[in-house]
Amino acid sequence: MAILEVNNLGKSFGATEVLKDISFSLEKGESLAIIGSSGSGKTTLLRCLNFLETPNCGSIRVNGEVIFDSARAFDNLPPMVRRKSWGPGIVLDLNRFFAALLNGGMSPEAIRRNRLHFGLVFQSFNLFPQYTAFQNVVLASELLAKERPDYKANKKAILDDIHEKGRALLASVGLAAKADNYPHQLSGGQQQRVASARALALNPDILCFDEPTSALDPELTGEVLNVIRSLAARNTTMIIVTHEMQFARQVADNVMFMDSGVVIEYGRAADVIDNPSQERTKRFLENYTNN
Amino acid sequence: MLEIIKTLINGFGENLRIFVLTLLMAIPLGLIITFGSMTKFRPIRWLTRVFVWIIRGTPLMLQLFVVLYAPGLLFNMPMRNRIVATLVAFVINYAAYFSEIYRGGIESIPKGQYEAGQVLGMTRRQIFFKVVLLQVIKRITPSMGNEVITLVKDTALSRVIGVAEIIMVAERYTKQGLIGPLFSTGLYFLLFNGLLTLLLGWIERRMDYFRA
Ligand SMILES: Nc1ncnc2c1ncn2[C@@H]1O[C@H](COP(=O)(O)OP(=O)(O)O)[C@@H](O)[C@H]1O
Ligand SMILES: [Mg+2]
Repeated sequence: MAILEVNNLGKSFGATEVLKDISFSLEKGESLAIIGSSGSGKTTLLRCLNFLETPNCGSIRVNGEVIFDSARAFDNLPPMVRRKSWGPGIVLDLNRFFAALLNGGMSPEAIRRNRLHFGLVFQSFNLFPQYTAFQNVVLASELLAKERPDYKANKKAILDDIHEKGRALLASVGLAAKADNYPHQLSGGQQQRVASARALALNPDILCFDEPTSALDPELTGEVLNVIRSLAARNTTMIIVTHEMQFARQVADNVMFMDSGVVIEYGRAADVIDNPSQERTKRFLENYTNN
Repeated sequence: MLEIIKTLINGFGENLRIFVLTLLMAIPLGLIITFGSMTKFRPIRWLTRVFVWIIRGTPLMLQLFVVLYAPGLLFNMPMRNRIVATLVAFVINYAAYFSEIYRGGIESIPKGQYEAGQVLGMTRRQIFFKVVLLQVIKRITPSMGNEVITLVKDTALSRVIGVAEIIMVAERYTKQGLIGPLFSTGLYFLLFNGLLTLLLGWIERRMDYFRA
């Protein structure tokens, strides 16, 4: 069974349709590279998967569980009408109700839960500047641990666990020595790797990278691509938006070519990049090899 | 001479009392006003912004008179305590200014900081307190410092509704032909603001370890 199934996903901003009828699936342990010219909707697709945007239509399934379905959006609205008392709490409930209406029928808690299936490494990293590399990596896990019922009883053991894992993650991206540095003391490539470790800390089912090397000087792209390469070697399920065609060809299992919000071609990496079947894919790739 | 200095110090104590109490109350109240002026619920946002416009658009001296006299005229409940009247006017006035500084600070934080918190499964509250707040504090400290120093000097305005602050007590000596005490009050303000400037500099340096 596919770990991720996206069906007929659509997203518009006002009158502009940015994603049209996007469908694809991804097997556990496989990686998918998304290629396509700028403005084709790649970032928007990642943002929809991470619930930073609410799709207008379509559905998203993870491990067979529906985590978004526009057709069933209003099934799980927060319980408004069934409330027992009509105290001042009604204001909060109303607030949640309208917030959910705006978010395609999902309560903030549901969105928060669903988000944890995905990790996202932003194009501009978005590290937290007031925290060290290490603190950036462990912050979310620490906050999440507080919700565990046994947190009070096992606080020390739980935190030790989280910290050990954080150190191991930083070591795995080659930054053990930079654990106590603040983001502004790190190079772009190092910041990008901290951001990757931070996203990995919550063990997402699917890790998304948005153009991981586009904000970097050319001599720094190698270290970042190597981190992603080693993640792929360890069968991390990943979606990588990239303009590095050779990298996509070597590292990704599948490649998806998008144009104007439509999936033009989807297949095994070698097939799509070496022998594209669609005219538009051919033209896009030719432009790349020419430049 | 010693007698005069003692009287002036007592008067300045009144200024400091207004200063400290105003800060303690206006800093949190300002945050509440900020949330009002940033809420998605339009009527509340609109009301809050009109309120801030009125408070910032009229003289603080006038607001002191309004707070002192309005309760008596409108509700037949005269305001007897002049210090309380001063505090009410000052807290409202400064909270309105602070709220705009907070709002500017909050709006200057890049959207990516919120989104990074969101994709890591943080709640809105966690994102505000664990991610955004310290960055906002760092960004607004210089403007808050300006306001705080202005507040020290504004406390002298309370004399218009009869609070025996330092300038009022010093002025009494001019009737005995002594102008020195009145002029010397400037030293008290200078000294205190000098200390505040050092403190503000220290706070800014404490946050030098990161860039935001
Ligand atoms: N918040 C938004 N509001 C309006 N239009 C947007 C918004 N975000 C993206 N778009 C538009 O959607 C299109 C696709 O953007 P994006 O997903 O960023 O493309 P890509 O990542 O492939 O370069 C662009 O034309 C962009 O202008
Ligand atoms: Mg993009």
